[in-house]
Amino acid sequence: MEPFVVLEAVAAPLDRPSVDTDQILPARFMRRSRQEGFQHFLFRDLRFRNDGSEIPDFVLNQAPYRNARILVADRNFGGGSSREQAPWSLTDFGIRCVIASDFGDIFYSNAPKCGLLPVTLDIDICRRLREQLHAHPGTTLRIDLPAQAVTGPDGAIYAFTIDPFTKRRLLEGLDDIDLTLLHVATIAEFESAYRRRFNWLFEPSKAGAPPTGG
Amino acid sequence: MNETLYDKIWNSHAIVQGDDGQTLLHVARHLAHDGSCHAFEFLQARGLRVRRPDQVFATPDHGVPSASHDLAAITNPEQRRVVGLLAENTRRFGIVHFALDDVRQGIVHVVGPEQGLTQPGMILACGDSHTSTHGALGALAFGMGASDVLHVLATQAIWQRRAKRMRVTLDGVLPAGVTAKDAILAVIARIGANGASGHVIEYAGSTVRSMSIEERLTLCNMSIEAGARAGMVAPDDTTFSYLFGRPFAPQGANWDKALAYWRTLPTDPGAAFDREVALDAGTLAPMVTWGNSPEDALPVDRCVPDPDSESDPERRAYVRRTLEYMGLTPGMRLTEVTVDQVFIGSCANGRIEDLRAAALIAARGRAVIPALVVPGSTPVKRQAEAEGLDRIFRSAGYVWGEAGCSMCVGMNGDTVAPGKRCVSTSNRNFVGRQGKGSRTHLVGPAMAAAAALTGRITDVRSLGA
Repeated sequence: MEPFVVLEAVAAPLDRPSVDTDQILPARFMRRSRQEGFQHFLFRDLRFRNDGSEIPDFVLNQAPYRNARILVADRNFGGGSSREQAPWSLTDFGIRCVIASDFGDIFYSNAPKCGLLPVTLDIDICRRLREQLHAHPGTTLRIDLPAQAVTGPDGAIYAFTIDPFTKRRLLEGLDDIDLTLLHVATIAEFESAYRRRFNWLFEPSKAGAPPTGG
Repeated sequence: MNETLYDKIWNSHAIVQGDDGQTLLHVARHLAHDGSCHAFEFLQARGLRVRRPDQVFATPDHGVPSASHDLAAITNPEQRRVVGLLAENTRRFGIVHFALDDVRQGIVHVVGPEQGLTQPGMILACGDSHTSTHGALGALAFGMGASDVLHVLATQAIWQRRAKRMRVTLDGVLPAGVTAKDAILAVIARIGANGASGHVIEYAGSTVRSMSIEERLTLCNMSIEAGARAGMVAPDDTTFSYLFGRPFAPQGANWDKALAYWRTLPTDPGAAFDREVALDAGTLAPMVTWGNSPEDALPVDRCVPDPDSESDPERRAYVRRTLEYMGLTPGMRLTEVTVDQVFIGSCANGRIEDLRAAALIAARGRAVIPALVVPGSTPVKRQAEAEGLDRIFRSAGYVWGEAGCSMCVGMNGDTVAPGKRCVSTSNRNFVGRQGKGSRTHLVGPAMAAAAALTGRITDVRSLGA
């Protein structure tokens, strides 16, 4: 995973609340192979008409925002499905940071695992930032993860919180499994105690045999 | 002790307490489905193995056709590939697989409780957001993305931060015609689609106590639509009698041992919650959604909102854009909305009690619009057929399908065409959820059958139900 430290990049304002995972990445593209990349399916039905032509009104189709690497959204971004294809489609497009006033829980958990930083700011700050971006299309924002700060177009600085585990993982581009396997002896010890204590979970007498007669 | 059900399960599964607020939790059961394909691919690409194959159970559901359970009948090559891959991966790693032709196949969230795989006090994880369903049996159950599915396959564990605790108390008796689906839609309308963000919900109160397990499954299913990580109900005698005798439930001396443990799980009387929400079940009505978020739910006798009466400009823009997408006139009565088709099924409402409730209305006469019923599992389908429900639906003109997710997520070819309006017992009414341009209204099973009967959104109480 590509580490995330400081990002200064064009930010696109996404002026709608409750952009759910079905809108970020419609279900019909979920079974595509990871290698193909998901960038073409990002916001598919908001970005493209049926004939494949672009919908000019959509923010990422507008010249100043085609290379946006930051999205400033509204409330409840990424609610709904657990599909990690949603953050994949954002990072494959080039977006590394989404700012919103709150996120869907599973999206929030998936995003950093793909190198995407979710930043939670007050709803009024999200609105102010979007207004400033609209006033000066193509303006950049600066996201400083070590300092946990967003610098607005006017130089205003907004602090955000992130748990230390997620921060470290993003800063160093660490992989969860490598971290977990450092604890493999503890895991094995836990598992044997667990399997003794809750032995019934591992001794179902009919397990494996389909019931007869339905 | 002053612990909640959530705390007790958390504590008994904590392997490592990180100094940065994260805990490594053991996963007692991991459920896989045809959507787990990416995680299996990553696992093999990294040369890793499935750490605990006997703690993983799999069944295909998302891409399964409702017309036939032959693999060859899956016309979409991507869906056929991943259903085939599930069989291949489970064989390779020695995972129990309720395959397409297995009598236990179905939607993973219907199958888990039905087979007794889901039990009180366990952590259960699955790569699907509606995993919250399993909390109805007193489990801590949550959905996860592909990275975490891979992590659980490789380590049988997951890193999490402890969530805040929310208690939703429902007291009183649900009026006639009002179901668990209406109750959860009312909860979401009250607290908002991300109102429980960062929380795990425990449902409590006399209404919940008197609910069957199937009703509790419906309630917990939509916890994620309120933004919660999980929803749960403390196990009680209803839970224990539901589980007794199920294929994977403990038996003999193990049953007694498990039961003694399960009885220790309910939240202690003095335990504190970070947030309390209370609803009087006696005041609830059948609910229907008008918009593209499950929070856009109203009692069926109300009117579609009017953007001009919204004071907040962003809210006004949201309502205007949503009504345009949904093809609704501001201020019109919900019962004036004409409907193109009906879907009954899904992990929200695809169980036998749901099909019985819908069949009672379907028996009143012929559906005037296309209607599809897809049982949540093959055992549900067989049970319904044994009770003659399939004949009731078929003679009313419904299509009777093979078990799977079907039109809830529109990945198996069952979709709603652009601009068409579907009254659906599923759990999401997002833009394009049931197919590009589809318009979804969420309701309970009897309300869906009532819409099929009249061709309009219909208050099931007006039919004397």
